[in-house]
Amino acid sequence: MSVVKRLLNFTFRYWGRILLGAVAMLAGIGLQLAVPTLIRGVIDVALNPRGPRPELLGWFALGVVAIHILRGGTSYLERFSMEYMAQRVIYDIRNAIYNRLQQLSFSFYDQAQTGQLMSRATADVETLRRFLGFGILALLRNLVTFVGVFAYLLALNWRLTLVAMATMPLLIHAVTLFGRRVRPTFLAVREQLAQLTSVLQENVTGVRVVRAFAQEDYEEAKFRRENQAFLETNLNSIRLWAYYFPYMNFLSGLAAALVLWYGGREVILGRLSLGGLVAFNALVMQLIGPLRMIGWLSNLYNRAATSGSRVFELLETEPEIKDSPDAVEMPPIAGRVVFENVSFAYPTDPENLVLRDINLTAEPGQTIALLGATGSGKTSITNLVPRFYDPSAGRVTVDGIDIRTVTLNSLRRQIGIVLQETFLFSASIGENIAYGRAGATNEEIIAAAKAAHIHDFIMSLPKQYETVVGERGVGLSGGQKQRVAIARALLMDPRLLILDDSTSSVDTETEYQIQQALANLMRGRTTFVIAQRLSTIKNADQIVVLEDGEIVEQGTHAELLETGRIYRQIYEMQLRPQDQTETATRAVAEGSDA
Amino acid sequence: MGLHIHASGADAERAAVDTRVLSRLLRYMLPYKWHLAASVLLTLLVSAAGLAGPYLIKVAIDQHIANGDLAGLNLVALLYVATHLVTWVASFGQTYLMSYAGQSAIYTIREELFGHLQKLTFKFYDGIPAGVVMSRVTNDVEALNELISNGITHVFADIVTLGGIILIMVSMDWKLALATFVTLPFLVWCAVVFRERVIQAYREVRNKIANVNANLQESISGVRVTQSFARESKNSERFDQTNLENLQANMQAVSLYSVFAPVVEVIGAVGTCIVLWYGGKLILSQRIEIGVLVAFISYTARFFQPIQDLTNIYNQMQAATAASEKIFGIMDREPEVRSSPDAIELPPIRGEVEFDQVVFGYNPAQPVLHGISLTVSPGQRIALVGPTGAGKSSIINLLSRFYDPQSGAIRIDGHDLREGTLASLRRQMGIVLQDTFLFSGTIRENIRYGKLGATDAEIEAAAKAVNAHEFIARLPQGYDTQVNERGAKLSIGQRQLISFARALLRDPRILILDEATSSVDAYTEVLIQRALEHLLAGRTAFIIAHRLSTIRNADRILVIDDGRIVESGRHEELLATGGLYKTLYEMQFKYQEQ
Repeated sequence: MSVVKRLLNFTFRYWGRILLGAVAMLAGIGLQLAVPTLIRGVIDVALNPRGPRPELLGWFALGVVAIHILRGGTSYLERFSMEYMAQRVIYDIRNAIYNRLQQLSFSFYDQAQTGQLMSRATADVETLRRFLGFGILALLRNLVTFVGVFAYLLALNWRLTLVAMATMPLLIHAVTLFGRRVRPTFLAVREQLAQLTSVLQENVTGVRVVRAFAQEDYEEAKFRRENQAFLETNLNSIRLWAYYFPYMNFLSGLAAALVLWYGGREVILGRLSLGGLVAFNALVMQLIGPLRMIGWLSNLYNRAATSGSRVFELLETEPEIKDSPDAVEMPPIAGRVVFENVSFAYPTDPENLVLRDINLTAEPGQTIALLGATGSGKTSITNLVPRFYDPSAGRVTVDGIDIRTVTLNSLRRQIGIVLQETFLFSASIGENIAYGRAGATNEEIIAAAKAAHIHDFIMSLPKQYETVVGERGVGLSGGQKQRVAIARALLMDPRLLILDDSTSSVDTETEYQIQQALANLMRGRTTFVIAQRLSTIKNADQIVVLEDGEIVEQGTHAELLETGRIYRQIYEMQLRPQDQTETATRAVAEGSDA
Repeated sequence: MGLHIHASGADAERAAVDTRVLSRLLRYMLPYKWHLAASVLLTLLVSAAGLAGPYLIKVAIDQHIANGDLAGLNLVALLYVATHLVTWVASFGQTYLMSYAGQSAIYTIREELFGHLQKLTFKFYDGIPAGVVMSRVTNDVEALNELISNGITHVFADIVTLGGIILIMVSMDWKLALATFVTLPFLVWCAVVFRERVIQAYREVRNKIANVNANLQESISGVRVTQSFARESKNSERFDQTNLENLQANMQAVSLYSVFAPVVEVIGAVGTCIVLWYGGKLILSQRIEIGVLVAFISYTARFFQPIQDLTNIYNQMQAATAASEKIFGIMDREPEVRSSPDAIELPPIRGEVEFDQVVFGYNPAQPVLHGISLTVSPGQRIALVGPTGAGKSSIINLLSRFYDPQSGAIRIDGHDLREGTLASLRRQMGIVLQDTFLFSGTIRENIRYGKLGATDAEIEAAAKAVNAHEFIARLPQGYDTQVNERGAKLSIGQRQLISFARALLRDPRILILDEATSSVDAYTEVLIQRALEHLLAGRTAFIIAHRLSTIRNADRILVIDDGRIVESGRHEELLATGGLYKTLYEMQFKYQEQ
């Protein structure tokens, strides 16, 4: 019930429309009863064999047209008001969902799946629209229609009404059966289609593996199984549907036959006029209609309730990280970052500390290189600085200010972030660079692109800075994307920088360009870098070696080579080969010179 | 929703109706011609039974009620029940038989299409996004459903119904019938012109909602970037704009749609008005009886549905033509690479590989390999290095026979690749791609993909040999751990190890490896290097090398530049000569990620 109540909260803003729709609907039902009355008038009054009144014939006939025109007006008003209301409400709900999604913290996205979020914002919202557009007034409409027609028929001839009602129990039974037996098969068809689609999708996206292992026959067998199951599920559904649907029609027909049979008798006995019988025959279908709608409506209602609860669950999820009530603007940052006894566990797994008692100070302009195995806590440290998560214990300060006391916006606007995987939006490459500073001029964008060594590439594109990139545009290579991200960060000109310097393999030229771009970016900023490159590590002011969430070694390259056990190991395994090759190259070069 | 606007292919693309394409489509129905014939017969029965209803009422009124003939009335009422019973049974049979034929045909089309997709080569997949291929097999095939499961029988039903109504009306009273037909052109106008505008409006709605969804999808995928750059409010404005456009398109469609139904009703009312007025006059002058009037009112109410359905058939044929053209377009595409008719089963190979003056281009006008010649003895390890776009991938693509050379030949143990069947070639090859695609299923199933008949013991042995066993055994469900489509729960390094196990299980004579380049941590890197040694031992290997250790251990390094082999030799030799290799080495491997 509470779901419907929350949904109604959204609709109440449009109560005027709903009221208009309801009034139009009631008027429409009244007019609906008037048409058979007019036909009855034609037969019983104008054409009465015992005393015809031909002068009324034209008026009755015109009346029919007039009533339909009026009814057209009411049905337009009803439909349009309700659809208008539904569309407005859905528009509001979509915006609300979008805004909520923008605010939810990283911890939420760690667990959520894009597909599921999408289906809430699309399929579930669509279900709500259908319920709002048709469902809300439908219950009232059917109830009023049923009662109105029933009363009208009783007044016309109560015996005939009761006879016609004899098929109702059967009809209700059939409607129930339809809901219980046929509807689940619709669901089964949808599910099997999803199954078939996912096999297909894997086959298409994994086509290279399929070919490489020559497993086409195996894939065909897999697909055939799902296709076969889809055929069977479909036919099973159709078999039931094709039986029950005409069965309900048959029961309606049976009611009409009873009216003809018993009503004819009543006319012969003089207890009902012929016009009355004709009107009765026309109206009995309007008695049956609402009953047949019961199943459809209850299904609509149930689905709206399920969809609604999913939508509202999302809308009511609170972001874990948000501005504290008395948050202030972060003043311009100098760049001194301090971790004070910081411990951290992901909210999903609070038992498992991924950072323990971290103490760390970065002076303005320093580069801090973070080293360690996967899962050692490097990423967690970088996530705490822009407050993507809050520490479980301890605090992080920037220029001496606890970052939980300032607004998220003012903090993050002063931090530049370049991740390993660069996400580009489907917009022009210029807009992507200006992502962090919407007001940037073209000159500024170009300057940033030049410093990031991506300008020449951009100028080689067909529409240069206007070229659309991202999912729906030109695909860029990993190295190109990374330099766009560097340009994006450069344009923001942040005092604080968070960086992952690893690159998927790129060719020589690109590698060199990235090196240069990174050097430009890091100059004069406090930088936390998840480091893979020897050059970055050697030039760092501090190297922080992490193991199982703890700082195990800390110092400069020269210091750690002397004292650091783990650093030495990493150096030997991972960095030395880079170093050695340098020496080797030099040696070979010198040898050939001599 | 009696108008079926949503279901009637409003979203399908249009094409000129092409009878050749449609007749090819109908050929898939041929095996079910008896189902079809029976279904059509039953359809005629359903239509006839439906038309009998109003006529029986006329008979009841004029012959029995008017004369007080109770026995006759009983009989007519029974007949009336009988017509509905016939409708029930016949429409069950008709729907089921037709759906059986239609669904079976669709099953076959889907099966053939999928089978053909398994034969198509990379040239096809290079030029078409995965989503489009998916859509061919799902949406486009489903789009045929409407026509072949419903459309065909509906044509018969509609023609019979419409013809029947006209015939019966004319035979009852031709003057009254002609007067009533005045409304027909207006109904046709509604069905064709007006409805077309409604459909157009809904097509616009579909475009707008697609924009909303795309915006939403992108915002969810990029939410971390958005929050990093504190762009939430800007994004919300953009979304609101898209959302608003969708609302406006919807309101446009809704207002048209809300007018459509009332207009049809008013035209219908004009028909009823004519019947009442003119029919009334005829009754007064005793030229027809009252039952005729009642029957006319019923029949005029039934005009619109078949007219609408018949005009819709054309839309359905357009939609089916468009979908069929796309489907057949794929089916008619000859695979560029396939086993020639007289291809032989390649005997077990030793692994000698020869490239003889191989020229190749993805686009024949622009060759990317200009006459590659090369001989490799069994067991040799070849490392390919060179700038991006130099032709390294093309060489291994040709050796895997994913493409065929334009001129020249590739031989294994002296057999031209094109002499042997694809299956016998690839069975003896192991191909490890950079993108380690895993199928949804268990880890065990993914390794077994290399050799379908492999026992669990063999799988574990392969995993052990490539150092994957240790981490797999540590997973909660071990080898039975489910991995999803992209193996998201596993790290990049772990996915690589699984793909090594998959290739090793195959025990190929020739191994082709495109070394993955994503950074992995130092520990995993060591595991991978050792695993590689296992995997490569004793096999002829072609490796696109990104690791220093790989090039160092290669028997021969081929330096590729601009589609030619420019240098060839061992690491030290090439360094000493100081050519392109040395430059590449200094810039690429010196700064290598790990």
